[in-house]
Amino acid sequence: MAEKQYDWASIAQNPKFIELTHKKTAFLFGWWIFSTAYYFLLPIGAAYAPGLFKIKMLGVINFGYLFALSQFFVSWGLALYYAHVANKDFDRLTRELIEELHL
Amino acid sequence: MTFKKIIIAATLTLSIAAAAFAAEPTKAPVVTDSAAAVTAPTAPVAPAISAQSATTQAVAATPAQPKKRELKANKVITLSMFAIIIGITLAVVVWAARQTKSAADFYAAGGGITGTQNGWAIAGDYMSAASFLGISGLISLYGYDGFMYSVGWLVAYITVLLIVAEPCRNAGKYTLGDILSFRTNPKPVRAVAAISTVAVSTFYLTAQMVGAGKLMALLVGVPYKTAIVGVGILMVGYVVFGGMTATTWVQIIKAGLLMSGATLLSILVLAKAGFNPVYFFQTIVNSPEIQDHVSKLVLKDGITLTGIDAGQRFLEPGLFLKNPLDQISLGMALVLGTAGMPHILMRFFTVPTAQAARKSVIIAMFIIGAFYVLTTLLGFGAAVNLTPQGIMQVDKGGNMATLILAQQLGADIAPIFGDLFLAFLCSVAFATILAVVSGLVLAASAAIAHDIYVNVIKDGHADQHEQVMAARITSLVVGVVGIVIGLMAEKANVAHLVALAFAVAASGNLPVVVLSLFWRKFNTAGVIGGIVVGTVASIGLVMVSPNMTYPKVVAAGAQKVITAMEAKQALLPAGAQLDELDAKALTTAKSDYEKNKEGTSMMGLDKPLFKLKNPGILSIPLGFLAAIFGTLLFPNKRSEEMFDEIYVRQNTGIGMAKAIDH
Repeated sequence: MAEKQYDWASIAQNPKFIELTHKKTAFLFGWWIFSTAYYFLLPIGAAYAPGLFKIKMLGVINFGYLFALSQFFVSWGLALYYAHVANKDFDRLTRELIEELHL
Repeated sequence: MTFKKIIIAATLTLSIAAAAFAAEPTKAPVVTDSAAAVTAPTAPVAPAISAQSATTQAVAATPAQPKKRELKANKVITLSMFAIIIGITLAVVVWAARQTKSAADFYAAGGGITGTQNGWAIAGDYMSAASFLGISGLISLYGYDGFMYSVGWLVAYITVLLIVAEPCRNAGKYTLGDILSFRTNPKPVRAVAAISTVAVSTFYLTAQMVGAGKLMALLVGVPYKTAIVGVGILMVGYVVFGGMTATTWVQIIKAGLLMSGATLLSILVLAKAGFNPVYFFQTIVNSPEIQDHVSKLVLKDGITLTGIDAGQRFLEPGLFLKNPLDQISLGMALVLGTAGMPHILMRFFTVPTAQAARKSVIIAMFIIGAFYVLTTLLGFGAAVNLTPQGIMQVDKGGNMATLILAQQLGADIAPIFGDLFLAFLCSVAFATILAVVSGLVLAASAAIAHDIYVNVIKDGHADQHEQVMAARITSLVVGVVGIVIGLMAEKANVAHLVALAFAVAASGNLPVVVLSLFWRKFNTAGVIGGIVVGTVASIGLVMVSPNMTYPKVVAAGAQKVITAMEAKQALLPAGAQLDELDAKALTTAKSDYEKNKEGTSMMGLDKPLFKLKNPGILSIPLGFLAAIFGTLLFPNKRSEEMFDEIYVRQNTGIGMAKAIDH
């Protein structure tokens, strides 16, 4: 099978590639840490701040319930935000890099 | 060739249909047997509880004794629906078999699945019968804690989305071994990756098979062994003939059925509350049965709660999940383990681009999240409409809550709707089991056939025909082994196996996947160290955890019963005997004590060494540390030099066509 040879090291040095990976790494790990921390607040809060979880907010619906429900919306929101940024920035940078390299 | 496949598939359908109907007459008595068995354990419990409430002034005077409940599916309707599902899926298999010609077709559906289809398939692969029936049951009996438990299953997908989905699509081919062997010594790395994949899949598969057998026995009265063999034959049929294409479509169909069932039932629940969520929660708090149920739950912890306060307590944490460290440990295994699950990783090789992989995770997240939100509604709806006491009469773990709810709310419209709805949900549960086990068998066979046979034994020199044959034979073998394990594990305690599968994936697989994608220095020693230590640590910790049976602990429990009963006896007037129930309890306790007083656990222990049921909190850091130390102790120049290649590939997808055509 005739395979196209790439000079991986030089692509890795390309300023476009470096810009892409810097932006991506900051976004991905930053938001991953945020969402993980937000998630662990739930079991930690339920165990160590039961008073807070008991506060009634809407009729009999309490803070704990709304907080657990918010986990779903935060996850969905983050997923959509990531899709937005990836489609707009990361994919564009990748396209530009590939065009520049004439691949 | 094609003709032969159609014949095989048709024979398979006929034999299964024949078996189902031939077994029909003999099943009738079994149903009543199993129904009796299910309701029986509640009998000794009910008097014990009322005795307890009599002594406690605090508890409302008369706990309404709900009428005895049992769950009986209409067999004709249910089996017809099963037949329809089997028929549709087998048609898919015949169609898929015609398209499965190369290894890429078999393992990755030729990369021809769209993002949307893959999203539904991921959801179908992931939502097991345990989440469908188990979590809503947990909510119906313990309220808030069940809901809290469900959150981690969705949040886990953030890791999949942000860290593994797109890089794996760009850098991988069919299996975990493909990603890990990229810049390492391929043979040993593929071998350990395959072993860990097979371990994870086996744990998960065993839990699913045993659950499937018990569920089918409970739902339609098929004997446990028949159910396992039936499910097993279908599973093997899907995978062997239809490969990834058939598995994908079975998962899509299942996810569609599951979401329709859950949505329909949720609408009925909400309609009962006038579509007003605040009022819905008000009815939970005000339900006298829920109040009574909670009073008894908290009484075990020595707390007295009654009336509205007890009802409100149902919406607060701590009725079921009592050990926060265990929760955090499980949360870690979910959040990191889902992204290391071989059958989930494999799904990303079926789509053509990283964009499609991204889209598929997002679609899956909306389906899975919506499903868990609906599950809450079903669980609370079951608690309000059926009462926790009524649910426990059918199954003490609450696993049947959703199904009874469907039957009752359907029957409220018209009796026939109750039967139809129940039969529909039973077939959803059936489809759910098939979809999940097929995905697992496919992942395990890919690891054995592609990693071990083709790449380790044959050095990668196998033509397409040979590769597909190897994949089919391996699937058959894996499937048969799955059936045998299912048959043997009927009496085994499998509840911890799902958590164990996630722990192994989180401790063994995820660290090495992340490090090989993002760390320049990472190498062969790191992969092997990480997988071996992560896997062994998870399994080892579970072996010495409270999940195992400790005879001395059982004996100590029995000793307490003996002391209590003897004290009771001493209080009785001379000559009087303990009543029948107490006398029986005393005899059982005495024999339990004698049987267990000298025994030790499987590992020869008197009591658990590791106090948590979930090993993640310790085994995940161990997996990471072993991967890092292994790398640093045995540095490898070639691995470092090749980092640029994998890093460019995983970020940009450059050179990906090679991975697909290969």
